[in-house]
Amino acid sequence: MSKPYFKISGGYVYDPLNGVDGQVQDIWVQDGRIVPAPVAGIRADRTLDAAGYVVMPGGVDMHCHIAGPKVNMGRKMRPEEKRQGEVIPRTLTTHSGTLGSVPSTFATGFKYIGLGYTSAFDAAVPPLSARHAHEEFADTPAIDKGFYVLMGNNHFMMKSISEENPKQLKAFIAWLLGATKAYAPKLVNPGGVEVWKHHPAGNVDTIDQIVDHYEVTPRQIISEVARATNELGLPHPVHIHCNNLGMPGNWSTTLNTMDALNGFKGHLTHIQFHSYGGGEGSEESFCSKTTELADYINTHDNLTVDVGQVMFGKTTSMTGDGPLGYFLHNVYGGKWLSVDTEMESGCGIAPIEYRNKSLVHALQWAIGLEWYLLVEDPWRVVMSTDHPNGGSFMAYPQIIRLLMDATYRNDVLRSVHPDVMSRCVLGDIDREYTLNEICIITRAGPAKILGLKHKGHLGVGADADITIYSPHENKEVMFEMPRYVIKSGEILIDECELKQQTFGKTFNVAPAYDVEVEADIADWFEQYYSVQFRNYPISDDYVHDSELVDCHEKES
Amino acid sequence: MATVTPDASSEHELKVITDATCTFCGCVCDDIDLTVDGDHIIKAKRACVLGKAWFLNHTADDRPSCLIQGQAASVEAGIERAAELLVSARYPLIYGLSDTTSESQRTAVGIADWVGANIDTTSSVCHGPTGMALQGVGEVTASLGEVRNRGDMIIFWGANPAESHPRHFTRYSLTPKGMFLPNGRKDRTCVVVDVRKTKSANAADIFIPVKPRSDFEALWALRALANDVELDANQVLHDTGIELSVWQDLMTRMKAAKFGAIFFGMGLTMTRGKHANAEALLALARDMNKHTRFICKPNRGHGNVTGADNVMAWRTGYPFGVNLMRGYPRFNPGEYTASDILARQEADAAMIIAADPMANFSQPARDHLKSIPYIAFDPKETPTTRAAEVAFTVATYGINVPGTVYRMDDVPISLRPALECHHPSDLEILKGIEKQVQKLNMKNAIAQSKNESLRPARDEFGSSE
Repeated sequence: MSKPYFKISGGYVYDPLNGVDGQVQDIWVQDGRIVPAPVAGIRADRTLDAAGYVVMPGGVDMHCHIAGPKVNMGRKMRPEEKRQGEVIPRTLTTHSGTLGSVPSTFATGFKYIGLGYTSAFDAAVPPLSARHAHEEFADTPAIDKGFYVLMGNNHFMMKSISEENPKQLKAFIAWLLGATKAYAPKLVNPGGVEVWKHHPAGNVDTIDQIVDHYEVTPRQIISEVARATNELGLPHPVHIHCNNLGMPGNWSTTLNTMDALNGFKGHLTHIQFHSYGGGEGSEESFCSKTTELADYINTHDNLTVDVGQVMFGKTTSMTGDGPLGYFLHNVYGGKWLSVDTEMESGCGIAPIEYRNKSLVHALQWAIGLEWYLLVEDPWRVVMSTDHPNGGSFMAYPQIIRLLMDATYRNDVLRSVHPDVMSRCVLGDIDREYTLNEICIITRAGPAKILGLKHKGHLGVGADADITIYSPHENKEVMFEMPRYVIKSGEILIDECELKQQTFGKTFNVAPAYDVEVEADIADWFEQYYSVQFRNYPISDDYVHDSELVDCHEKES
Repeated sequence: MATVTPDASSEHELKVITDATCTFCGCVCDDIDLTVDGDHIIKAKRACVLGKAWFLNHTADDRPSCLIQGQAASVEAGIERAAELLVSARYPLIYGLSDTTSESQRTAVGIADWVGANIDTTSSVCHGPTGMALQGVGEVTASLGEVRNRGDMIIFWGANPAESHPRHFTRYSLTPKGMFLPNGRKDRTCVVVDVRKTKSANAADIFIPVKPRSDFEALWALRALANDVELDANQVLHDTGIELSVWQDLMTRMKAAKFGAIFFGMGLTMTRGKHANAEALLALARDMNKHTRFICKPNRGHGNVTGADNVMAWRTGYPFGVNLMRGYPRFNPGEYTASDILARQEADAAMIIAADPMANFSQPARDHLKSIPYIAFDPKETPTTRAAEVAFTVATYGINVPGTVYRMDDVPISLRPALECHHPSDLEILKGIEKQVQKLNMKNAIAQSKNESLRPARDEFGSSE
């Protein structure tokens, strides 16, 4: 007997990867995947009448902070916002949770699925704490997950580069990804975090500054890691948080970083925070450099970006960029968490409030929107708030409205600090996103950039992750509460209500490498780490419902 | 998971488990080689005196795995009784959790949610005040390997690792040669601040015998010096029992260090001032980053108390003292902490996992716990298991049971168990209870909805007709 068929019939389907732009179509699902329509005569065991509704693939958040030590520290540090905040009550079959800017694991999963998102990737996990991230993933319901592992300040990486040993570097990166069951390599303020560990308020100012002890530069780290990870054929070669985040004048660092990729594929994350003109910390000259940077993106197809949109309100800044955390603490004067991880990384957490009457904050908001509107190809710019840094992922529907409704956008623009107009070009842009383009920047695009062939589309073979919206003139209303959300073929959100508690898959990679490198790593490791080498790699049983994504190694 | 290699040097076959982890204290040393002879561990290479006692004295209790009202019972019967107790209680309390794996902790928090319990860990009686201080000012900290590789100024405040964490000095903080400290101990300055000359003070270059109950004043004096605030020498001497010049000298050294670390213990968090003391210390470490790099870290006691904080935080949003009775997590230390709930005679049932409140809570709390039905989990017989309605004898984590433990610096480590055990793990039992609790909840919900649908409509609004 064949497995039961589930049919979603008659909706307006948006599936940009397969060239479907709002046509009325049926979608057939069997065993958690999308299948061809069966031969005539076979009827669906269950049919969901989607006539009049908008049908899209489930959303894919490619850059957020939802699990692991940094996120959990954020939870511990901020009880005050949970006490007054919305809560997720338990039901007979689903767990309870707390929100605030750093939701508990169950609240995170349920809020994502309630928003029509079915996959999310944590962007910064120290390798030494990767086990912690996997444990939290196993307690994060509803969505599929993966994480990027921090390696931009890893000592073995810097050692291999300073010894000009690209073979060893490549093997190490492959080993580290497999040992931590991570999805992609992440560079955070490459080299700068190591400088922070050596000096009070230490950091690098440019990508050509020498990093203590290893005598390498951020530029070398970016170039060499990009080369190695592209050669490894990783589905998402390298995810980069550039140096000098948030600093006036940092756009030149960003441009240099793009250049340092030497044509290799690379993704620049929360690009909004890296697009500032001006200098010397002066508000006088602070301005947008989106036009210049977006031009570079438009003419270099090896590059993709996600935005890191700032939304007005209170949130928590959390980053693997230790010196940035210290900087924010000094700007805002509030509580500050900093955790340095041996041989690997840093971490900074501070509460933050973005105010629309602050010139800097309002400009950050405007620069984010400029990014969506100035990158010509929607496949290369992705929606993100860098949750919770620029704001919560729960703000995505509001961003969609800002992009689809120029009148609304200009109304908001006029309500923020008046000097913003003259320091950016947002007011001159009349572009409005279409539903098809929204579908690209929230699911089809990020899935493609991540190299996930079964996500972000509704073609045959795709995971049956499907979100069904009631059309509404106000796109914020339309997107904030989907009518149905189907995950792996199961209806989790039915008539806007959470129906059951399931746990998604964990995406990870295990690229092949020269095993001889393990002996080199082991010798060095035993000398400097505070755990045993044999206890460092993570065993398969930690990875909840593992899905290994293929790598396609290229000749160097 | 365990690596088993025959030990050739002995007459009959012994197995050796290398890189095993000791869960006795928060150091969670993961470099222990255990030699096993039959059902005994006969050698624990590299373990400290406490670790050796933990491994070498281990025997599985020959009590039954389950006792109900002191009588031997099947584990299944115990699970059923436990679930009934928890589901029928009006104010169930779940407490303990610091000496078990994070897998068990996760299941216990899950049960607390399903039954609407109050859940608390032993953090509330050790470093709970540190958790509260963190909520106030944050924390500047690092993994222990950072201290090992960089820490040239090591301060212990109200902590006595020489006796409580014997390998702290040799593995992490004082003697190891680090990446930037090639001469090990010679490259480091060690300061101990305590109210008495502890064994740890013998290892220090500088010992500062601060006046009892004056840690808060002493820490604020240092904060003042860190921030160039002028102090009255007589006042400082009066408040702290120590000359201002001693504090000034200490601050000069702290500023001159490249990377400083302050480890603190319950001498700070459980004496006058509690979370205010911890907050002062956290703020001092933070302030020092204006001058150089400085971090601080609580020396956590129990093997996985750090995991308990983490699991509670990721599942509920709060680190300890969480009440789920309204159907969602609420946090309020003092109100939702176990010793207070019991002393106020609020709980009407309890589940104690890997803790011994009958031995160490206040008399009123113990009296109340004794008066209510409760479930206890422990590998050994304890005052708490003796008075339990349902007592489970469980396998020991790290020795019999695999799983995950969080070191005091939040680094998660996998266990490599050495011995089989005829008792079940607490995880198996907790999972059984969770399943049974959900079954009972469903049954009750169905019964309730039937009652409602069968009831004549007028009853719902009283006899207004």
